[in-house]
Amino acid sequence: MKIAIPVDEKSLDSNVCVSFGRTPYFLIYDVDTKESVFLDNSAAASTGGAGIKAAQTIVDNKANVLLTPRCGENAAEVLKSADIEIFKTTSASVKDNIDAFIDGKLPLLDEIHAGFHGHGGN
Amino acid sequence: MRIAVLSGKGGTGKTLVSVNLAAVAKISTYIDCDVEEPNGHLFFKPEDVQEEEISVKIPKVNNELCNGCRKCIDFCKFNALAYIKDKLIVFEEVCHSCGGCIMLCPEKALTEREKVIGKVQKGTSDQVTVYTGILNTGEASGIPIIKKLLAENKPEADKLTFIDCPPGSACIVMESIKDADYCILVAEPTLFGVHNLNMVYELVKLFNKPFGVVLNKCIEGENPAENFCIEKNIKILDQIPFDNELGILNSNAEIAVRENEKYQALFSSLLETVKKEVQHETTSYS
Ligand code: SF4
Ligand code: SF4
Repeated sequence: MKIAIPVDEKSLDSNVCVSFGRTPYFLIYDVDTKESVFLDNSAAASTGGAGIKAAQTIVDNKANVLLTPRCGENAAEVLKSADIEIFKTTSASVKDNIDAFIDGKLPLLDEIHAGFHGHGGN
Repeated sequence: MRIAVLSGKGGTGKTLVSVNLAAVAKISTYIDCDVEEPNGHLFFKPEDVQEEEISVKIPKVNNELCNGCRKCIDFCKFNALAYIKDKLIVFEEVCHSCGGCIMLCPEKALTEREKVIGKVQKGTSDQVTVYTGILNTGEASGIPIIKKLLAENKPEADKLTFIDCPPGSACIVMESIKDADYCILVAEPTLFGVHNLNMVYELVKLFNKPFGVVLNKCIEGENPAENFCIEKNIKILDQIPFDNELGILNSNAEIAVRENEKYQALFSSLLETVKKEVQHETTSYS
């Protein structure tokens, strides 16, 4: 099973990034082989739809679950269509969240925020 | 003569100013470009309303033809497309209708489809023609609606026209002021008001539009927005005092100039000032 997590740095000692779509990197962690791969998030700099593009990256890298503090509705839709489950991170450390997930202690992310797409208004 | 009324955020009195100017001018046009929250019509309560739906073109996929090459996904600047489980997904609310993906698809798997994003209404209130643009919630961009509103009004552009702009300084505001002859910036007398004023001030300067400021909700004493204008040498067109009566009329969605002579006088004089400014600008440019 592969876990995807938005991370601030390319290291297992990193913290979870607060933003899913705008995170600089993703960690893809294979629970079975304990292998870690860090991916650049090409969506980080995009003007709109970052969540969709970031979710596409997760799907393309064949992750089975995503651990993230929050997730927008469009990204959630992409992930749902690909049968990827979204869990909510409960602490800052990447390692702690992986352990908590393996122990079955992370809750499913149930609040999906409406995107900030469009560019009108304030 | 097209006069755009702007402010950095909602609730500063932008609608109050544009509605009352249009009403005091008697024969005029009022265009509500604040398509996400149009409320000018609440004041005008227009009659004989005609309505037209506005739609944009978005791509539709034929999954039989699509081979998953993803050229369209890489192309789309707005990331409105995703490819999941051998299927292309279009995020309609994110799509900006540029049409690029449709032209580009080597398999001709994408075609155009119309999608309604909102509507424009036209009605009358006494002798004021009232246009309202309404964007459906969740839609990416109200710009097609604003384009339609302003194009509708184009043949009557020499009539006195007031454009109630969306708040802020994003591209939707730029679209609203593009063809304006003059801009009125409405500001509140607080430090936060100065910040908002500065946003729209930068914008009208960028567009090289002649402009002036109306200070709203003025009370005795220090007014940071006024200081800002003096410092930047910006023309102050008028000061609207903070008063309860005006607040009550406004919150009851009543047009102050139609209810009370005091405000009739205030906005008439503002209108004259604005007209003079516009005339001055046009003569000094020609
Ligand atoms: S470009 Fe055409 S064929 Fe390629 S993924 Fe997009 S829709 Fe499918
Ligand atoms: S029409 Fe333009 S914005 Fe819409 S999906 Fe195609 S490329 Fe993206």
